[in-house]
Amino acid sequence: MAKPAVLTHPESLKRPAGPSEYAKDPVNASMSKAEKIALYTKMARIRHFEQRCIRIYQQGKIGGFLHLYVGQEAVAAGTISLLGKNDHIITGYRDHGHGLMVGMGMNECMAELTGRVTGCSQGKGGSMHYFAPDKNYWGGHGIVGGQAPLGTGLAYAVKYLGLKGSCLAYMGDGAVNQGAVHEAYNLASLWDLPVIFVVENNGYSMGTSQERSTAHPGCLAKRAEGYNMAWDVINGHDVYEVRAKTAIALKRAHEESKPTVLEIFTYRYFGHSMADPDKTYRDKEEIKEYREKKDPVLAFEQELLSEKVLTPELSLKINEAAMAEADKAAIFADESPDPTVADITKHIYWEEDNRGPKTTSRGTIIFE
Amino acid sequence: MAVISYREALRAAMREELKRDDKVVIMGEEVAQFNGAYKVTEGLLKEFGPKRIVDTPISEAGFIGLGIGASMLGIRPVMELMFWSFSYVAFDQIVNNAGNIRYMSGGLINCPIVIRGPANGGTNVGATHSHTPEAILASHPGIKVVCPATPYDAKGLMKAAIRDNDPVYVMENTILYNDKGEVPDEDYIVPLGVADVKRLGTDLTIVAHGRAVITSLKAAEILEKEHGVSVEVVDLRSIRPLDEETILASVRKTHRALLVEENKPFCGVDAQVAYLIQSKAFDELDAPIHRVSSIDAPQIYCKRMEDLQMPNVERVVAEALKVLA
Repeated sequence: MAKPAVLTHPESLKRPAGPSEYAKDPVNASMSKAEKIALYTKMARIRHFEQRCIRIYQQGKIGGFLHLYVGQEAVAAGTISLLGKNDHIITGYRDHGHGLMVGMGMNECMAELTGRVTGCSQGKGGSMHYFAPDKNYWGGHGIVGGQAPLGTGLAYAVKYLGLKGSCLAYMGDGAVNQGAVHEAYNLASLWDLPVIFVVENNGYSMGTSQERSTAHPGCLAKRAEGYNMAWDVINGHDVYEVRAKTAIALKRAHEESKPTVLEIFTYRYFGHSMADPDKTYRDKEEIKEYREKKDPVLAFEQELLSEKVLTPELSLKINEAAMAEADKAAIFADESPDPTVADITKHIYWEEDNRGPKTTSRGTIIFE
Repeated sequence: MAVISYREALRAAMREELKRDDKVVIMGEEVAQFNGAYKVTEGLLKEFGPKRIVDTPISEAGFIGLGIGASMLGIRPVMELMFWSFSYVAFDQIVNNAGNIRYMSGGLINCPIVIRGPANGGTNVGATHSHTPEAILASHPGIKVVCPATPYDAKGLMKAAIRDNDPVYVMENTILYNDKGEVPDEDYIVPLGVADVKRLGTDLTIVAHGRAVITSLKAAEILEKEHGVSVEVVDLRSIRPLDEETILASVRKTHRALLVEENKPFCGVDAQVAYLIQSKAFDELDAPIHRVSSIDAPQIYCKRMEDLQMPNVERVVAEALKVLA
C-alpha cells in the first residue's frame, strides 16, 4: 500500500478544516455578503454538476474520458474569483470546474460531454477540451503539461499588448515532470512574464502517488527556485486561503510582471478519470478522511454559517437550485442534436470558415 | 525587378510584414543578436529592436508553445526553427496545440502563427539534422505547409503565410539560400495552395516541390537537349492546401507523370499526388506514374553517398526515360 497522499501535504494535515485564519485577509474581508454567497454558490454548482455527470457517464451517454473535479472546487473557485478583464486562464483536462467558474453555462458544458452540437465546442472537444475565449478561458487541454507553454504565451501576449493582466496556467502534480512545463518555467522567469503556474496537487498523477513519481525538495513548488521564481504553497480546501495567497501572486504579475508557482494541496474523491476503478493505489479510508475533515465546499459552508452570511435554509436552497440546474442541463444534453457529417469538416481552418477577398489560401485543403 | 537571393527574399518578406503589422514578432534561436544561424534575419534586430526580434533559449517545446499561446490572443509570431528537424521536440505543440485548437474549440480560436526554417538533406550533417517533415505535418488537418523553391516564391509565400490566420509551416532549404532570382520591388503575395508551372512542356509532367523543383528543371534541360523530350515542370509550392487543378491540367496535356521529391518514399507527398492523378485522370495516362525520392534509409552522413541518396539530375533523367519508354 502506498503511503497516504495527504502525508505529502504536511501543512494541510496539521490543520484540519476549521475557521479559516485567512478570513480576515483584506482580499476576503472586503468581500460583500452577496459576493461570498455567490462564491459559495459557484462551488456548489461545480460539485452538483460533477456529481450529475457521474450518473450520465454510468448511463453510457458520455464517451471518452471524464475527469471529475469533486474535492478540488476551492482551487478553481478561489483563484478565478480574483480575476479581472485582462486575466486569462488555461488548464489541463480536469477542466469543468474552471469552465463553470468563468461563467460557462451548465447546458453547454453538459452537451459537450454528450457530444452534442449545442456543446461549448459543438461536440468536437469533449470533456477534456472546454473553451470559452470570450471569457478568457483558453481550454481544456488533453496532453499533460502541454498547456504550460501556451499559458506562458498568453501572458507574453498580455505583456506585449501593454495590458495589466496575467495568465493562470493550471496543471496537476503529474505535469511537473513534463519537459514542456520546465521550459515554460524558464521562459516565464527569463522574460518576466505575468504568468502564475497553479499546480493542483491532488497527490496522484493518475494512479501513481507523488512519492513514487516525483523527486522534490519538500514540495513541488520549490522547484521554482531553480528558475529564480517566487513560489508558495496553499491549503486547497480553504477557499479563503486560496484567494489570499493567489492575490499576492496576482499582484506580483500585475505590478511587477513576474511569474509565480503556486502549489495548491487538494484531493480528488473519484478516480483519475471514470475509467479508473480507483482500487489499486489508495485506501478508501484516505478518501473518507479527507472528505470528513477537509471537504472544501462544506468547509466554506461552515465558514459562512459561522459568519452568519449563510443560513442553513439558504444553503439548502442554493444546493437544491444547483442540483435542479444540473438536472435541466442533463435533459438539455439529452435532447440536443448531434453534429452532422457535414459538420465534421468545419472549424478546421479559419480561412475555410471565413472565405473572402482577403483570404490568402486557394486550392484543396480538405481531402477525399 | 531586383535580383536577390532566396535568403534576402525571406528577409524582405519579414521586414515588410514587420512594418505593415505591429503584431508581427520574429522569435527563435539566434535570430536577433547573432543575426540568424543562417543569416535569414540579419539586421532585423537593429531595425526593429528587441521587442519585435526576440532571441529564445534552445527550448523548442517552450518557445514554439509560447508563440502558439500568444497567437491565440492576436499576436502574429514568426518562429524560426534552426532546422525543421528540431520540430520533433516540439511536436505536441506544433501538432496537438496549433493544429487542433481551432477544431476542438468548435471554431472559437485560431492560431495565426508561422513556423519557418530549413527542412532539407544534402548538407552532410547526418540523419538528425536532415529531416523533411512536410508530408508528416501536411497529413494533419488544421495545418498548412508550403515549400518555396525560388526567391520569388519564398518572398510571396512568406508574406501570405504571415497574413494567413491559420498555422502555416514554411519549409525552406539551406542549399537554396544563396540562389538568386528576380523579385518585384512592389508588394505582392503568392497565395497558399497555388502551384506554378515552372517550365512548359508537352511529353511528360514532372511534379516536384522545394529543391526537387530545381533538380527537375535541370533534368528537363538535359531531357530536351539530349533526348528531344519536352518536359513540363509543375512546382507545387504549397503542400497543403494543394493545387490539384494545375497538376491534373498538366497531366491531361502530357499524359505522363513523374513525381520527384526529397522525402523518403514511404508516405511521401508523391503518394498523395499519385492517388490524385489515378483517381481523377486515370484515363489520361499513357504510362504508369513513376517517382524519384530519397533512397529509403536515414540520411547518410558521407557526402558522396548522400548526393546519391537524394534525387539528383541523373536519377531524374533516368526515371523520366522509363516513363517515356
